[in-house]
Amino acid sequence: MLTKRIIPCLDVKEGRVVKGIQFVQLRDAGDPVELACFYDEQGADELVFLDISASVEGRKTMVEVVRSVASQLAIPFTVGGGINSLEDMKRILRAGADKVSLNTAAVNDPNLITEGAKFFGSQCIVVAVDAKYDTELGSWRVYTHGGRTPSEWEVIAWAEEVVKLGAGEILLTSMDSDGEKKGFDLALTKAVSEAVSIPVIASGGAGNAEHFASAFLDGKADAALAASIFHYKETSVLEVKAYLKEKGVPVR
Amino acid sequence: MLGIIDYGMGNLFSVSKALERMNVPYFISENSKDLMKADGLILPGVGSFKDAMEQLDKLGLTSMIKEYVQLGKPLLGICLGMQLLFEESEENGLTKGLQLLPGTVRRFSGVNTEGSPYKVPHMGWNQLNLVQPSPILQGLKGDYVYFVHSYYVETSHTEVVIANSIYDVVVPAIVGRGNIYGMQFHPEKSSVLGMELLRSFTELVNERMGVS
Repeated sequence: MLTKRIIPCLDVKEGRVVKGIQFVQLRDAGDPVELACFYDEQGADELVFLDISASVEGRKTMVEVVRSVASQLAIPFTVGGGINSLEDMKRILRAGADKVSLNTAAVNDPNLITEGAKFFGSQCIVVAVDAKYDTELGSWRVYTHGGRTPSEWEVIAWAEEVVKLGAGEILLTSMDSDGEKKGFDLALTKAVSEAVSIPVIASGGAGNAEHFASAFLDGKADAALAASIFHYKETSVLEVKAYLKEKGVPVR
Repeated sequence: MLGIIDYGMGNLFSVSKALERMNVPYFISENSKDLMKADGLILPGVGSFKDAMEQLDKLGLTSMIKEYVQLGKPLLGICLGMQLLFEESEENGLTKGLQLLPGTVRRFSGVNTEGSPYKVPHMGWNQLNLVQPSPILQGLKGDYVYFVHSYYVETSHTEVVIANSIYDVVVPAIVGRGNIYGMQFHPEKSSVLGMELLRSFTELVNERMGVS
């Protein structure tokens, strides 16, 4: 039986792992390679690295980080952040990443999803969707630029569109829940997961093991991602998986 | 030495890094003459079946691989590389494969027999069920391995299926006949068991070298 995936996310800035609380406050939490191996041993199913460097130098450092992680890690990992062209995708995937995640660039140039999928296959192309509830819209709106810029897209419509364009997976972050540790946005996760035919990773809001169970049982997510609760050892991948097993959620 | 076939369709980096971690010497090449000299070959691959066959044909590798396995030398296809070992695929129109093993590559329907939709690609960790003894499984137990694929092999020749996984249908996960092996999942991304399976293949290659 296919298991539900637990994915620690590491925000990387200039080669170091940091975590943004609601995308603003940053705290240093360690070395990417060391953390990656730690999570592999803990039973993490996959890892996501998000490059939040703003500089050209930082981007170059990221390729080095990807190369060192890939040489040590025997589980899959995705890299997102600052990927704006087919060239960027090639750079990261050739350095050893298994998937790239597109966010702002996909909204600005949806054709990029198709180009990437044609070149590398859909399984390499993750579209990251930052969603925030919009009362006027009566639904969630897609945001870009690290959650700073509202786009024209409503979340479900965009999710359906990226599937048509060739995306292999959706990384869905609730901006309303992110950093709050009160649980994943279950309504959002369920709405997107049921609307699309590809796997959906729930992200934003994980505070304890129960939250993961709800993301799978109620939110219908295929995978769930968290950062700070793992980095600051508030819980562990092992603990979360033990709890999920108890609740009848299939895990590795 | 092991040869990794470079035909522009694979994440060669992760396979080669996995071999490095095990201290297994290898070389990467697209040259059929060089590859013919390898003690064992790995055919990796992600992307579309049709593009892959076109690339193999263009580089003269289709005939090389067939000639290579006829010599009794070990070949391991990974993911798309495994699918290519079979007769044909319905990906982007019917395309002939290497035809080394009997079976057809089909797309997951995305709807189960009860009419409920399920996700395609089959992405993530699934239980590997060992269904037939094989030298490649020596001393190994079933565990979870990492899959990413939208197409799977359908075969009535169950004798070529060494291990399977269930994802709506029975998915051949390790296949083999004689010196030809294939893995639908990514051993290089499947943690401990994945590394053991790769090691097992390299040991088969070494054993063969020892006797010849």
